[in-house]
Amino acid sequence: MEGITGRELVMAASAIGAGLAAIAGIGPGIGQGYAAGKGAEGVGRQPEAQGEIIRTMLLGQAVAETTGIYGLFIAIILLFANPFLRLLG
Amino acid sequence: MEGAEIIFTLPILGIPVSETVVNTWIIMGVLTLFAIVSTRSLNRIPKGMQNVAEAVVDLFNNFTADTMGEQQKGFSPYMGSLALLLLFANLAGLFGLRPPTADLNTTFALATMTFLIIHLGGMKKKGIKGYLKNYIEPFPAMLPLNIIGELAFPVSLAFRLFGNVVAGALIITLLYGALQSLSGMLGITIIPVFQAAIPIVFHLYFDLFSGVLQTFIFVMLSMVFISMAVE
Repeated sequence: MEGITGRELVMAASAIGAGLAAIAGIGPGIGQGYAAGKGAEGVGRQPEAQGEIIRTMLLGQAVAETTGIYGLFIAIILLFANPFLRLLG
Repeated sequence: MEGAEIIFTLPILGIPVSETVVNTWIIMGVLTLFAIVSTRSLNRIPKGMQNVAEAVVDLFNNFTADTMGEQQKGFSPYMGSLALLLLFANLAGLFGLRPPTADLNTTFALATMTFLIIHLGGMKKKGIKGYLKNYIEPFPAMLPLNIIGELAFPVSLAFRLFGNVVAGALIITLLYGALQSLSGMLGITIIPVFQAAIPIVFHLYFDLFSGVLQTFIFVMLSMVFISMAVE
């Protein structure tokens, strides 16, 4: 651990933290895929309601996406506007 | 990817004017110009640009009436301008401009407008008492949770748009960087062969598809929540 400054340590830890935060993408991926599958099922059963089904599906997927976006936001902050580096001065 | 650049600073009070603001001005100019040119000489039988303008207005009127119900049709102008601004802002990346929606200030401002409409509309509809009563339902101990839930709506609305646009712009920037170093490795520096064709597919997805989809979702969610509040 010799020769590593505190600043470098914070930067490395932030990079790891950004990667970990991006794992939040798993949840929305599963959820959106499930919604899309159900949407496809619905269209298969009732092809005449396709427009309505797609609209509802997209809306639900957008809401499901929120948690993933929060994770992404943390990752972006850690990479581009790191608050810990600023604390170090 | 850096944040929005500061283009110039206003001499009064030293207010910085960033790239986001300037790009929004450009979009506002384009939309205003279109509105003026297309409605300059209105005829009973539309022709030329008037057709386009009428089609756009009709589209938003029908869309609002479909989603919010016939009696909430008065929200159509707000939803229409929101949708047009967001559409042009999200597609700005195609013209080499930095999308104004890739800035939390823009998305938060728009989300705050919807948030205010939801709450002021709810107060107007149910009265102050009825509106406040909503917060202690089903029982008074739920008050903090209800407040957090209400505040989470504009935050999630703003972050969703911001996150999607920024992620797209970020991936496009990284792709251009990677292709540039690839052509540099092969010794082709005069003509950027790789940057010419490969990013088209990515632009199609991240700018065109994602931009239109996020516009639709933002407007749709605004409509759903407003109509829930004022019904």
